[in-house]
Parts: sequence; C-alpha cells; structure tokens
Amino acid sequence: MTFLTWLLLGFLIVCALSVALTKNLLTSVIILMSYSLIMSVIWILLQSPDLAITEAAVGAGITSVLFFVTLKRIHAIDEDRKDQDEQKS
Amino acid sequence: MSRKAENWDTSWQKRAADWLRDGTDALDRAMISEMTEAPAVAPEDVPGAADVFEKKVHEDQQKEKAIYQTLHERTMTRGLHHARVLYRVLSILVCIGIILSLLHAVIEMPVFGSPDSPVVNDVSRRYIEDGLKETGAVNIVAGMILDYRAFDTLGESTVLFIASCAVMILLRRDRKRDGMMEKGSLPEDRDIIYEPHFDPILQKSAAFLTPVILLFGVYVVLNGHLSPGGGFSGGAILGAALMLFRNAYGVKNTRRFFTGRTFTTVVFLALLFYAGAKSYVFYTGGNGLESGIPLGTPGAILSSGLILPLDICVGAIVSCTMYTFFALFRRGEV
Amino acid sequence: MSASLADHIYEVASVILFGIGFTTLLLDRNLIKKIIGMNIMDTSVYLFLASMGYISGRSAPIGDGTAPSAENIINPVPAGLVLTGIVVSVSVTALMLALTIRLYHRYGTLDIDQIVTLARKGDEP
Repeated sequence: MTFLTWLLLGFLIVCALSVALTKNLLTSVIILMSYSLIMSVIWILLQSPDLAITEAAVGAGITSVLFFVTLKRIHAIDEDRKDQDEQKS
Repeated sequence: MSRKAENWDTSWQKRAADWLRDGTDALDRAMISEMTEAPAVAPEDVPGAADVFEKKVHEDQQKEKAIYQTLHERTMTRGLHHARVLYRVLSILVCIGIILSLLHAVIEMPVFGSPDSPVVNDVSRRYIEDGLKETGAVNIVAGMILDYRAFDTLGESTVLFIASCAVMILLRRDRKRDGMMEKGSLPEDRDIIYEPHFDPILQKSAAFLTPVILLFGVYVVLNGHLSPGGGFSGGAILGAALMLFRNAYGVKNTRRFFTGRTFTTVVFLALLFYAGAKSYVFYTGGNGLESGIPLGTPGAILSSGLILPLDICVGAIVSCTMYTFFALFRRGEV
Repeated sequence: MSASLADHIYEVASVILFGIGFTTLLLDRNLIKKIIGMNIMDTSVYLFLASMGYISGRSAPIGDGTAPSAENIINPVPAGLVLTGIVVSVSVTALMLALTIRLYHRYGTLDIDQIVTLARKGDEP
C-alpha cells in the first residue's frame, strides 16, 4: 500500500509540474482532469469515499467542462490555426 | 592648480567626477553641457540674430525630443526586460522559501495516522458514537454535515447561488447591445437562432446515457445517508446529465423543461425550505422541546429525520447551479 | 530528517503541490494558467486537511446499521470540512472563468501584462 501511495503522490506532482510548464492551454486542462482523477483515488486510500465521489464528479467533471467551454469561447483551441489567424488580423 | 593630463577628457576620472557632480541622467547631462558651453553668438550683437536665435531654439527642442525618445524606448524595452527578469527570480525565491518554511512546520507535526494526535478529540468521538442514535444516519459524514453542522451546508448552498448570480451578471447576453461586435467573438456567437449541426453519434448515445445518468444521480442523492454520496455528488451527476442532454439535443429541446425561471424557482424554494426546516429544528432543540420528526430505523431509506429532504434540496440546488454555469458559459442565457 | 519527512508523505506532497500552484499563479502570464494554478492550490489544501483525519488501521466512516465504536472509524470531521470546500472551489473557478471571458472580449488578449498596459493607456482598441 505504501508503494501505491508513493506512486500516486509522485504522479500528482508530475501532473502538477507538467500543467505548469505546458504552453498549450488545451493540454494543461486535460492534464488537470487527470490530476483530479488521481486525487479522487487518493481520497479512497485515505478512507473517505464521500470525498472521492464528490471530487470525481466535481473536479474531473464540472470544473474541466467549464474550462473547455471557456477555451472554446475565447478561441484558444487551435484546431484551425489558419482561420484563427485570418480572423484575428 | 594641478596640471591636467592629456587624455583628461576621455579618462575615467573625468567621467567619475562628472557623475559625482551631475548624476547619470542623460537629460541632465545634456542640459548641463548645453548650459556651460558659451553661446556662439550673443543675440544683441549680430544683426539678424533673431532668426539665428529662433533656429537655435528649434534645434534645442529637437535635441530634447530625441533625448526623451531614447529614454522612453529604453524604459519600455530594456527596463521592462530587467523588471520582468527580476520579478521571475524573486517569485521563484519566494516560492522556494514558502515551501521550505512549510516543510519545516510539517516535520514538527504529529506522526501521520496516529490515533493520539490532537485532531482526534471529543468532538469526533461524540459524532461517531452518538451519531447513529441522534441523527439516524448510517453515513456519519452525511449525518454530520446535514444535521450537526447543517448551517455550514446552508452557507455553502448560498455561496453556490451567489456565484451563479454573479456569473449571470457577468455573462448575460445583453439584448440591446446585440448589434455591437465584441472584440474576439465570431458572428455565430451573436446569433441567438444559430444552432450548430448536431452529431447523430452523440444523439444516439445521449439517448441511451442520459436516463441512466439521471437515474444514478437520483440514486446517489436519495442514498446520501446510507452510503457514500449525498447531495453534492448526486447534484453534480444530475447537472452532468443535463449538460449532456443539452449538448446532444440543443437549447430548444432543453428549454422545454428547464428555463431560467425553473432555475430561479427551484433554487429559491430549496433554499427557503432548507432554512425553514433547520430553523424549526434549531428552535425546538435550543428550547429543549421535542421536534416531532421521526428518526426511523437506521438503514432504511425513509429514515434519519430531516436528512433526506435536505439532501434532496442540496442536490437540486447543486444540479441547477452546475447546469446554469454551463449554459451561461455557452450562450449567455439559460 | 529524511526519515521523519518520509513519515508525512501526504503533508509533504500537499506542500509541494501548494508551492507549484502558487508559482504558476505568480509567474505565468496567461490568465487561464493562473486559474489552473489556483485550482491546484485549492486541491492541495484539501489533501492536507483530509490527511489530518486519517488514522491508520481504521476504516471509512460508514457503518452498517449497528452502532459504530470510536475505535474502528477514522475522524469524520475533516472530511466534512473538505466536502464543502470542494463545491465552493468550483464556484470560485466558475466566477474567475467568467471574468476571464469578459476580459478577453474587452481587450482581445489573455496576457496579463498587455491587459494592464492597454488599461493604463486608456484602452485604445
């Protein structure tokens, strides 16, 4: 169990570092989603199932969806770079 | 008087003496050198001196403007660059300092997971041992946040409502200004009637998934006092089901059963019921009276007094608020 | 010193996450990255709080119909505090994202330095 704890906590720290260092916004929001999911598993290791199900529903669900909708609204998802550059200039 | 060296004008001693006397401001230096030079002509002696004087004034103004220009450019580029580098270095130092000082405090803390740390005290003992008897809830955490500490949950539901009101103020589509193009928005953002083409894969899978998710959400809300879950997580799941439905079928189909009026009515009534019910319980408990709410048998759904209705209220508030956030972000109106 | 640090891995991990989130909040110029950094700070504090309530060898605070004894169950109080905190954190994130959308529509950029410069200049379009 300790090895699993170390592994999960290390994964959390790696996720947080990669969120801080990525330039692409879409990538960082997706990594934030996986960060929430691993946090939810850690709540189960800490014997709090209420927190686990709430974090899974709210963190990996609602917060990430709100981030995606914001990114869509401010046109930060660069699917068609050409159209974006044309429209911005 | 000492003798000056030959290279006095270009030596560092002269520059140091000048710095001591005048400072390094380029503008100051230029002004001072301008003032100490003897003027080439005195304006009263020479005929036609007025024109020469005008020209000299004009030249001086040009020089001053040029000096200001270089100063401004240097501040905006190199000064900004230096300030940014300094900010970054200082921020990293501050963060490392914070981490180290917090780590130093963490080492002093009691061992993780020990049963005699100061956090484990009479309050938790009371909640665990008498929780089932006094609240009737098998889930001790749910019994705690909806019975012993129900006021906190009321505050948290109010915070959700206030946040949704604030987001509504910020993002609401203004009908009068609809003609004005906001910076950075596409034409389809302005058009209310515009609906994107809906994917058949999404529609077919949402047709199957949405009732399942709704059923699961209702299950989690109703079983809040018996198993992990409760109002918050069940409400989030219900809100996610509504989001999926709206994504798949469009805003017109969703408006058939969920409008802005639905949102305000549901949330207002739920908060009112929560406050009223808990006020009644506080009143009777505070005055030593018996509140006439039966506790039931632990383990059944219809048990634990007021926890089930309050769970339903909190679930309704959370689900409506989450869906409203999503709708406001997408479109500007529920 | 390292032996006693290894005893508190949850606290140490949450402090490191707090530092990472704080650094992202301070250093990064993009507004969305700042909001993500604040989210990481929030969740790290919840991890710290909930790890206070854990007692090794005991199980989750959900009984099975009989009266539970205080020797078999972890401390339920920090879990209740964190539960409220998680939902408040999503409200704060939603509000900050709404502000970001408004700022973008006003100034056309997400860079905080440019926004401040444009605001000081009297916002020329």
